[in-house]
Amino acid sequence: MKVLIPVKRVVDFNVKVRVKPDGSGVDTANVKMSMNPFDEIAVEEAVRLKEKGIASELVAISCGVAACQETLRTALALGADRAILIETNAELQPLAVAKLLKAIVDKETPQLVILGKQAIDDDSNQTGQMLAALLGWPQATFASKVDIAGGKATVKREVDGGLETVAMVLPAVITTDLRLNEPRYATLPNIMKAKKKPLDVVKPDALGVDVAPRLATLKVVEPPKRKGGGKVADVKELVAKLRSEAKVIS
Amino acid sequence: MSILVVAEHDHSTLKSATLHAVAACGKLGGDIHLLVAGHNARGAAEAPQLAGQLAENVAALIVNIAGPYSHIVLPATGFGKNIAPRVAASLDVAQVSDIMSVESPDTFIRPIYAGNAFATVQSKDAKKVITVRTTAFDAVVPEGGHAAIEDVAAPPGFEGIELLGQELTKSDRPELTSARIIISGGRGLQKGENFKMLEALADKLNAAIGASRAAVDAGFVPNDYQVGQTGKIVAPDLYIAVGISGAIQHLAGMKDSKVIVAINKDPEAPIFQIADYGLVGDLFEIVPALTAELSST
Ligand SMILES: Cc1cc2nc3c(=O)[nH]c(=O)nc-3n(C[C@H](O)[C@H](O)[C@H](O)COP(=O)(O)OP(=O)(O)OC[C@H]3O[C@@H](n4cnc5c(N)ncnc54)[C@H](O)[C@@H]3O)c2cc1C
Ligand SMILES: Nc1ncnc2c1ncn2[C@@H]1O[C@H](COP(=O)(O)O)[C@@H](O)[C@H]1O
Repeated sequence: MKVLIPVKRVVDFNVKVRVKPDGSGVDTANVKMSMNPFDEIAVEEAVRLKEKGIASELVAISCGVAACQETLRTALALGADRAILIETNAELQPLAVAKLLKAIVDKETPQLVILGKQAIDDDSNQTGQMLAALLGWPQATFASKVDIAGGKATVKREVDGGLETVAMVLPAVITTDLRLNEPRYATLPNIMKAKKKPLDVVKPDALGVDVAPRLATLKVVEPPKRKGGGKVADVKELVAKLRSEAKVIS
Repeated sequence: MSILVVAEHDHSTLKSATLHAVAACGKLGGDIHLLVAGHNARGAAEAPQLAGQLAENVAALIVNIAGPYSHIVLPATGFGKNIAPRVAASLDVAQVSDIMSVESPDTFIRPIYAGNAFATVQSKDAKKVITVRTTAFDAVVPEGGHAAIEDVAAPPGFEGIELLGQELTKSDRPELTSARIIISGGRGLQKGENFKMLEALADKLNAAIGASRAAVDAGFVPNDYQVGQTGKIVAPDLYIAVGISGAIQHLAGMKDSKVIVAINKDPEAPIFQIADYGLVGDLFEIVPALTAELSST
């Protein structure tokens, strides 16, 4: 069984981003970039499926600028077998990414695509569900446990009230949540080996996909600053202030 | 112009998230139609294939009836996030996720980068598929009940998926996303058992209990307690963060609370920068003392 793992290059989760003074966006120059954390979880899950003998080939895909090759090399170092970069300098929105991924799925015919539930830059939480819709495949979003057997995926999903379990007939789309697994780190020998693994580059045109954005970003601003930093000396003062000053308890 | 709101419900009552989504539509202008897709839902929704509310089936129904609508609106909850993108892609339109403000019928403000930036985005598509950040719009009051109810046929169930079961967290407390007061615990609680301390305090305040990711990952509490960028977004009148450091991913889920209290032994913890009332000290002394103080006066 072949598994596809779309991985996005994003500003590292530890970076406190800054809005550009001209309001055109967020400053990403000279900022540490990493693989989207949910995609690390997706890669880990795929690698475990391969280690269990369930998956036979793992293909990592990234859509974006040439530097996404680094993200793909990370996926290769973690255990993906080969990688595809869909290279473009254009702004890519989730619908466009889903269409690009669909074009690759049509060629590669995997049984499973595992994505992150959410990219931590745009916070869209859309691409996996969109891809499933375009393919007409079932989807299990926000996965916290995945079992594959007999052409079916049984997935435990994190929902607002707790957990639910669905069984899907493959091929299918899964998106990862935080509790699915704890991703491993790439070891130095594996990072070296990853340099020799195949990485193909294609352009959106070659896939016949129109990636023009549907949403125009008119401006990006800093959120209003919250005035904090107030301290109280003890529990008595806290309760008194919550009652008389903040008036949030009686 | 008319708007379709997809109701979140449990087949007998509407979830409050729906009332917030309807409130956002009030700002769009136009007729609002509410789709209740369900089974045995008081005669209004009668399709067994919708009992599990699987995205495949609900989205197919929405797409079927999407024709006349300019906007299709869902709450940005687990329910809405699962379904809306499937609808948008099927209609070949973009989705605007998690809107916090309606600037005009095609222009919205939404948070990006864990709420560290607000983007104003304009949709160029003929139909807008939107999810609404519930905390950003005051719930409408459910009154009236004069709207006409129309039946629509649901498409046949999707073949390739089946809901096997649900394990829902049972609690007598208010729901996290609609509670007026929330007490959240973090890694500082050390173990799940210690959340009993927070429960005793919550009993005094009729509060809901939340948690940081670290507390959920460590298994102290179930996943549905997680507040944050990738958990639940809350904005109660009072949020008490106990043993939580205040990582941006956590702040993203709670910094719009009206009043924030932080209890942490580390005076440098970032949570204090956004707290209205910070109390530096050992939570194992402070929390019981706080519960006692509330009981005594
Ligand atoms: C992709 C991604 C998504 C994420 N999403 C979320 C999310 O949605 N929500 C979320 O919360 N996090 C999220 N995180 C995790 C986030 O980055 C932090 O790791 C997490 O919030 C830390 O939890 P914490 O504050 O409980 O733990 P810590 O950072 O370890 O803080 C524990 C605090 O407890 C204090 N403490 C310890 N003992 C005591 C005591 N006896 N008395 C008083 N204080 C004490 C310490 O001083 C410390 O400040 C996400 C991370 C990633 C990478
Ligand atoms: N440019 C991209 N390249 C590869 N995968 C992507 C890209 N954008 C989004 N994804 C995948 O889609 C998931 C959800 O992203 P989003 O819908 O943007 O929140 C991510 O976790 C990735 O798995």
